[in-house]
Amino acid sequence: MDKRIATLAEAVAGIPDGASVMIGGFGGSGAPMELIHALIDRFLATGSPKNLTVINNNAGNGHVGIAAMIEQGMVAKMICSFPRSADPRVFTEKYLAGDIELELVPQGTLAERIRAGGAGIPAFFTPTSFGTDLAKGKPVQEFEGRSYVMERWLKADFTLIKAELGDSYGNLTYRMAARNFAPIMAMAGARTVAQVTRAVDPGGIDPESVVTPGIFVDAIVEVPDPAQEEELNRAGAHHP
Amino acid sequence: MTARLSNEQIAWRAAQDIADGAYVNLGIGFPEMVAKFQPPGRRAVFHTENGVLGFGEAPPAGDEDWDLINAGKKAITLKPGSAFFHHADSFAMVRGGHLDVAILGAYQVAENGDLANWSTGPKGVPAVGGAMDLVHGAKRVAVITDHVTKDGKPKLVEACTLPLTGVGCVTRVYTSLAVVDIENRRFVLREKLPAISTEELQALTGAKLNLDGPVGDLVVPEV
Repeated sequence: MDKRIATLAEAVAGIPDGASVMIGGFGGSGAPMELIHALIDRFLATGSPKNLTVINNNAGNGHVGIAAMIEQGMVAKMICSFPRSADPRVFTEKYLAGDIELELVPQGTLAERIRAGGAGIPAFFTPTSFGTDLAKGKPVQEFEGRSYVMERWLKADFTLIKAELGDSYGNLTYRMAARNFAPIMAMAGARTVAQVTRAVDPGGIDPESVVTPGIFVDAIVEVPDPAQEEELNRAGAHHP
Repeated sequence: MTARLSNEQIAWRAAQDIADGAYVNLGIGFPEMVAKFQPPGRRAVFHTENGVLGFGEAPPAGDEDWDLINAGKKAITLKPGSAFFHHADSFAMVRGGHLDVAILGAYQVAENGDLANWSTGPKGVPAVGGAMDLVHGAKRVAVITDHVTKDGKPKLVEACTLPLTGVGCVTRVYTSLAVVDIENRRFVLREKLPAISTEELQALTGAKLNLDGPVGDLVVPEV
């Protein structure tokens, strides 16, 4: 078995129009910038993929990463908890113009829906959002005297994440708080692609240190010295 | 209005109630200030939603590592004994009853413990983040806030008029004038600034302040 892929272009080649795509990252940490930008480059060259549903905690910042996907018109819908950032103009303008759909999900519910999707749990009950506008229309049930809201699992056709080490079996480690959504998104994507800062042979990661077991990962592509979203934004970067 | 506590002083007062070894989540913005005022000899372990336990203060400018941030997307540092974890585990810590206290900001708090702190209405782009999760599961959910809004309207009210973050979730409110508990769906005055009378305080409060035992003096140093 060897899950290594040679190029970013190959890594994102199979994502079709209308796909749902989970993208790792929280704010400026953990976003797989090179994978996202390879997807944008493919769109600019071929007109595809478009009409994507993107699942991320946020809705992009500045003019790189998810913000650049939205700016180029690739994204029909965002599923996120906090579509604000230091520079949220790209999403904000499209949203207020009615050009992009938003499904707003409380952050912990978003995480648990993704985890449930990866774990084969179609629905669960959570206290979060009970009695609020975000629970409207959702089933409610009482357990031991408290009320809970039923939420559905969330799965995706593709997951794109950034990891630190990856071996050819797909086992992954992460770097500090860049871990955030990546381990659960890896579970919930029908096809999960990880860009890794260093690709190693099997045995190159201590099994005690593996955070995402390779069974959840379909492909890895090595991107040494990856771009960091916060640093790109502080430098005023645009993609393309 | 007579003297009122600064935000720093409200944060200082809230910090006095955090026990040594407590696991604590501080909401983004004003509540983050509470960490600065831990009493000597006590060390709380701070949780941030994006997946870090036991973080420390901000690094000096220029030393930031932007893979090491808090839920407010600000750079942080690690203390010995820190831990990283993914988002589902992070919110298991929140909802699962593992945090000792969450300290949050508020637009409005109602006498039944309802909290409104995520939305001021339907205009613009809605954004909730972890607000609705944080109000569930912590053993204590405390609010720090000015006693009234910028234009003088009560923030402690009979019923919230702004969109709710959670129902019946707040247990204590630290304001610029008083410390108020929420017990059995009513406000109970615990401490107030010595310079303000109970009647004056009641006039600035949108629901009945009940007296249940002695009311202490809210005395806070200049910080």
